[in-house]
Amino acid sequence: MFLQQLFNALVLGSVYALFALGFTLTFGVLRVINLLYGFYFAAGAFAALAAVQRLGLGLAAAGLAGAAVAGLLGVACDGLLLTRLRRTRAPELSSLIVTLGGVLLMNSLMQSLFGAGVRRFPVTPLTDRVLSLGPVSATPVQLVIVAAVPAAVAALFALLGRTRLGAAIRAVAERPETAAMMGVNVGALLALVSFVSAFLAGGAGVLIGVNFNAVQPYMGEAMMLRGFAVIVIGGLGDIRGALAAGLGLGFLEVMTAGYLSSELKDAVPFACLILALWLRPAGLFGLAAARRA
Amino acid sequence: MDSLNDFLWAYQDLIYGLGTNAILALSMYAVLQLNQLSLGQAAFMGVGAYVGALLSLHTGLPFALVLAAAAAVPAALALLIGGPSLRLSGVHLAIATIGLGEVLRVAYVNTPALGGAMGLSGIPERAGFAAIYGLLAAVLAGLVLAARSKIGRACEAIREDEDAARAMGIDVTAYKIAWLAVSAALAGLAGALNAHYSSFIGPGEYGFDTAVSILSFAILGGIATPFGPVAGAVVLTALPEVLRPLHDFRLVVNGLIIVGVVLFLPRGLLGFRMRRTGGLSGPARGATRRV
Repeated sequence: MFLQQLFNALVLGSVYALFALGFTLTFGVLRVINLLYGFYFAAGAFAALAAVQRLGLGLAAAGLAGAAVAGLLGVACDGLLLTRLRRTRAPELSSLIVTLGGVLLMNSLMQSLFGAGVRRFPVTPLTDRVLSLGPVSATPVQLVIVAAVPAAVAALFALLGRTRLGAAIRAVAERPETAAMMGVNVGALLALVSFVSAFLAGGAGVLIGVNFNAVQPYMGEAMMLRGFAVIVIGGLGDIRGALAAGLGLGFLEVMTAGYLSSELKDAVPFACLILALWLRPAGLFGLAAARRA
Repeated sequence: MDSLNDFLWAYQDLIYGLGTNAILALSMYAVLQLNQLSLGQAAFMGVGAYVGALLSLHTGLPFALVLAAAAAVPAALALLIGGPSLRLSGVHLAIATIGLGEVLRVAYVNTPALGGAMGLSGIPERAGFAAIYGLLAAVLAGLVLAARSKIGRACEAIREDEDAARAMGIDVTAYKIAWLAVSAALAGLAGALNAHYSSFIGPGEYGFDTAVSILSFAILGGIATPFGPVAGAVVLTALPEVLRPLHDFRLVVNGLIIVGVVLFLPRGLLGFRMRRTGGLSGPARGATRRV
């Protein structure tokens, strides 16, 4: 029983971590808290669902397609809403507010277009078969989720740490003007980072949508609070912090639901967020402060 | 006759709603003028509404004391939630308060003493035209006086450049704490007034959508002076009545307004600057002035 709970916590925490990875990457490079993130999450799930139902794609291909659609939406939204603010060097708060308006706009548009009802993926062996691994039972999708996070983290670290492209991204994060003078195409890089982070959000949306087999326009909103909690606890812009905080939060939430009460579960991310702001405002590993100074 | 009565009832709600929404818009102005964004204004409003309603239902306190308590409790809560984020950058307050409404909603629904999912009803209708508009006038006058005084100058300095303001000897953290408390108190006051004329409050009224609506009042009007948010609240409260056929798309319109104003009208509708006591204002004249 406890092992099963532990596995559930690992699955949930992995989704939080996956969602928060792109979120914190956006902040680290683009210096924007992008509330549209929750919309990318839902959009990825909707696009994957459409790919399965309309185009008849397999679940895996549809999932990748959904994440890619979310990625493109990310590039489009960033271009439409944030480029202008970046050019006029508007204060940090303006970009937060503009994405707030954007997410309200997109979510309510999605609701008027698709309705508020819950949609479901068709049943496939990938979602329905239950594998027994010793005392723990898991669906193939849950195993994919648990595997996807280390893969995404490894890919991100390899990209950022070991390639010329990654060096350019880090340079832009550090000081965009200087990077531009060194011949880095800042606009293209920002678009690429938008794509990657929205792709991660969309991918997380697909995985959550398939795992709980429920897709709805406002699914991103509940996720946003957790995403916030994860990136603040981990330290804004800190990828390793987001990973640790995501897993930790998933663990606390599952254990609260399992052993205390399921109503209390929803308060866990918020309580952790406030505690983190009081006790460790610079993040778990204390990197956010060093960056800010 | 019936339709006339209906019309008057609807009209009365609109008039009262304009007043309370204007106070809510001013509560947003109180923090935004320091470049701090609170997304908990709806939650603070809800706390004020519940505190006020419970006191009116279960005690015989005079209305003025009820309102005072409904302002004080959210202010204390705001300092608990937002206190640590004030030492950090402006976006941290937004992050700290974004989930508050949802958490409180779950708490209301699961607490039988607070009416659970049904909310509280039968709240005595103690707030009338005089109370709402008298308080609005007092709040507006207070904020205008503050904006025209040394306090207003300090706030503008903090908004333009926090480090420079600190270097000038302004206690930035004290200003942020004080204004956050004022902001939550105003939101709580508006919530209590709202509860005492609509006679019913429910747990679902103080969520994220309400918080964003309150923000859109202040953004549309602009925060250069306290009149901007009031104008924004009036326009956006009256607009849905005018554009009734749009009502399914109201939130879409709200979102569009926020995006459009931030991108194309960054100072809002009423973007003029406050005239200060002492006559001179504006950066050019300020620069030549010897202090």
